[in-house]
Amino acid sequence: MFYNEEFETLPREALKALQLKRLQQVLQRVYHTVGHYKKALDAAQIKPGAITSLADLPKLPFTTRQDLQENYPFGLFAVPMSSIVRLHASSGTSGRSTVFGYTKRDVETWSELMARCLVAAGLTKNDIIHNAFGYGLFTSGLGLHFGAEKIGASVIPMSGGNSKRQIMILQDFGPTAICCTPSYALHLAEQGKALGLDMKTLKLRVGIFGAEPWSVSIRDEIETIYGITALDMFGLSEVMGPGIAMECQEGRGGMHIFEDHFLVETINPQTGEPLPEGEEGELVFTTLTKEAFPLIRYRSGDITRLITTPCRCGRSHIKMERVMKRSDDMLIIRGINIFPAQVEAILADIEGLEPNYQLIADKISALDSLELRVEVSEKIFSESGSVKELQNIEKRIFKDMKDYLGITPRVKLVEPNTLKRSNGMMTKVIDNRRRA
Amino acid sequence: MKVEQISIFLENKPGSLEHATRILKEADINIRTLSLAETSDFGILRLIVNDVEKANTVLRENGFRVNKTAVVAVEVPDRPGGLHSIMEVLNKEKVNVEYLYAFVERSGENAVIIFRFDVPEKAIAVLTKNSFTVIPGSKLYAL
Repeated sequence: MFYNEEFETLPREALKALQLKRLQQVLQRVYHTVGHYKKALDAAQIKPGAITSLADLPKLPFTTRQDLQENYPFGLFAVPMSSIVRLHASSGTSGRSTVFGYTKRDVETWSELMARCLVAAGLTKNDIIHNAFGYGLFTSGLGLHFGAEKIGASVIPMSGGNSKRQIMILQDFGPTAICCTPSYALHLAEQGKALGLDMKTLKLRVGIFGAEPWSVSIRDEIETIYGITALDMFGLSEVMGPGIAMECQEGRGGMHIFEDHFLVETINPQTGEPLPEGEEGELVFTTLTKEAFPLIRYRSGDITRLITTPCRCGRSHIKMERVMKRSDDMLIIRGINIFPAQVEAILADIEGLEPNYQLIADKISALDSLELRVEVSEKIFSESGSVKELQNIEKRIFKDMKDYLGITPRVKLVEPNTLKRSNGMMTKVIDNRRRA
Repeated sequence: MKVEQISIFLENKPGSLEHATRILKEADINIRTLSLAETSDFGILRLIVNDVEKANTVLRENGFRVNKTAVVAVEVPDRPGGLHSIMEVLNKEKVNVEYLYAFVERSGENAVIIFRFDVPEKAIAVLTKNSFTVIPGSKLYAL
């Protein structure tokens, strides 16, 4: 099943021609409207008109997360605010977060691509969709919501959390599809079991999961517990949000990237050299149709492989394998992306703390848990040496992590020089989660 | 009249208290009395020792977070109502106690209560006015 059969099955030659035309247009647009791109292209001595084939793509400079942060909040927008109808943002303190803008047409495109995902999963207007992706500044909840409305399905805007209520609604409203992070699906199943509910008795038949790495064995586990088909969806807020790539029901194994809207490459994360299609590398995205926040050769940090063999579903779009690795130190906790630099910025803002810390990710039953260990500084202990004052510092760290990053770590003050160091460098992230 | 107390930050994990006491032992430091305040994550070990400066130095050298706090040591007869006689006066004069701990002197006749007050000067004035024996640091360290 297709939502937009013409474009989803466009022969590859025509697709490539469309990509080139759109690439040339977006380059002209960003060169003349976004200061950053004019500077970057001038520095690389490339005129936007110099790109005459897709093979010229590697001539263009990369856009990095640092570029995004340096242009916080609206520096990379290619349209005036009056044309923007929606703003989303990643977590992080001022200057370490990224803001994503959408014009009316961007929202329209995004909704269509999400609609394509839902249809690829076999959903129609007769389905009831339980959307447990987070609503709000994050892109996942609302992104999926608009796609669900677009296909005319009945959408339950559940958002995350409040598991008991989620179980009640799953039983009472009888949704046929569920969308959330894979670990939340497992957590809900545990809650259900504790309440004496066999998830297989629910009306669910399909699950669309994403926003965090999950293995094939976790997929199998979810399929067995729920008695559903579990499909993988890929999204990236910078590039658009959820709905950039979707696993189809027919093909399984790999997600179709909607190539009429995104140009994808894989590169060697160390050298930046483009890799032949099919080799494992970092995904690099260029948005072809976005108006408000176009990105040229954006380095996603996600490492995976592209699959070029034709899919039996009939879609002509290339597929990507599930993402299990990162080229940087980003951590994903319950679907929320966190960089150690963001944690560092939070600690630096608390008077007297030294940024000697360690993040330890673990799984407690199905859900991710995060512990933040901070070494007690000389200043803190000599000026606030009472138990109560030290506990207040722990609380303050917890609150700032929750307010700015949207995560709730267990905060623990530790003795100085006790955090694990290798070659004198503090090991900032320890990830003990099972990935298999 | 104040007494210097050494406070050490300790993580709640096996071996951390032993590490601190080993360092004090190796530096030949005698502990007069101590108390441990703890939470689920960490504790603060409070000590009165015979050589405050040396204890401070060796603990710091071994990587501990240490601070010195002024506390007040008060001597009372070791019998029912001993502590109460002090508390009665402090209560009447509205002096707040943050925490306290105690030990019994070698002779067995008197107990020494170590008080942490938010305003130690006021507490000392109140206690001496009411004829309590406030033990100066120099005497306490050498007991």
